[in-house]
Amino acid sequence: MDLGVLANLNAERAARRAVVVVTDVTSGAQRLVKQSDVMKDPLKDLLEKHLRMAKSGMEETPQGRVFFTVHVPSPQLVITGAVHISQALAPIGQLLGYDVSIVDPRTAFASIERFPDVKVIAEWPDKALPPLNVDRYTAFVALTHDPKIDDPALLHALSRECFYIGALGSRKTHAKRVERLKAAGKSDADIARIHAPIGLPIGAVSPAEIAVSIIGEITARLRQKSETAS
Amino acid sequence: MLSRDEDILKAAEDWRKSGRGVALATVMETWGSAPRPIGSNLVIDDKGNFLGSVSGGCVEGAVVTEALDVIESGKPKMLEFGVADETAWNVGLSCGGTIRVYVEKVK
Repeated sequence: MDLGVLANLNAERAARRAVVVVTDVTSGAQRLVKQSDVMKDPLKDLLEKHLRMAKSGMEETPQGRVFFTVHVPSPQLVITGAVHISQALAPIGQLLGYDVSIVDPRTAFASIERFPDVKVIAEWPDKALPPLNVDRYTAFVALTHDPKIDDPALLHALSRECFYIGALGSRKTHAKRVERLKAAGKSDADIARIHAPIGLPIGAVSPAEIAVSIIGEITARLRQKSETAS
Repeated sequence: MLSRDEDILKAAEDWRKSGRGVALATVMETWGSAPRPIGSNLVIDDKGNFLGSVSGGCVEGAVVTEALDVIESGKPKMLEFGVADETAWNVGLSCGGTIRVYVEKVK
């Protein structure tokens, strides 16, 4: 590996951007493919597959045997609302490998007793969210049911590339939310990124079951191609 | 990937920049039970110092020896370790799997 390739690789990783090293194991030839260059690459289908699964591996290509070394930033889960569902969703998210943060300005909810092992930020979304670096490896959920807290949080998420956005609330609640977000200047296409009602339809009843339906939907968005995800 | 893998690749960069001869070993293929996943790295310098792992300890010694050759020659090598390997008595994987490890010089 050229030192230049290695230095570029480390720089991309430090910046939380996905990157793949493509090695022709017969000739030793090697190149670095940045996330932003995947779509114009001759091996784009294989690159896209390996990036989506976050898995390194050997592939047979017309040019011979090629190894893809995949480097993907660890995903994060940002939860607005230190509510009952969050008490289940946070540990499940951690189990699945997410860095979890919870934002809720209501200090009675956002207490260390209720969330002993999670990063809890007892601030309004406008202050708490910008430092969290909500990026394309972020799943974002709004669970407070309170427009004063959920709306600014969702507006922040919609201004970022996060791979999943979900908001708690019935169809009726969501219809009202859509009106407010439109009034705040968001387009239909933007608003369509929000999964609401949140979660897979598995008949979830308890807070923990709702957490399972949410994490199932997040996993589908993370792992399935966008056109096949529900 | 895990943060310690990042540290390994950063170490490879830092070691090379400080003038040491450096090789990078990567687990590229595995069959059966394998102790470390595909993509795992071991970085080795020309004095035989190493960081990371490709097998959890079973074959690191052999990989380091080969890496010193690779640093010398500059030519990459694909190494295979498994119970069927002739060197199995010394460095085979006790878990019964087979792994292929690619060793390349950091130039």
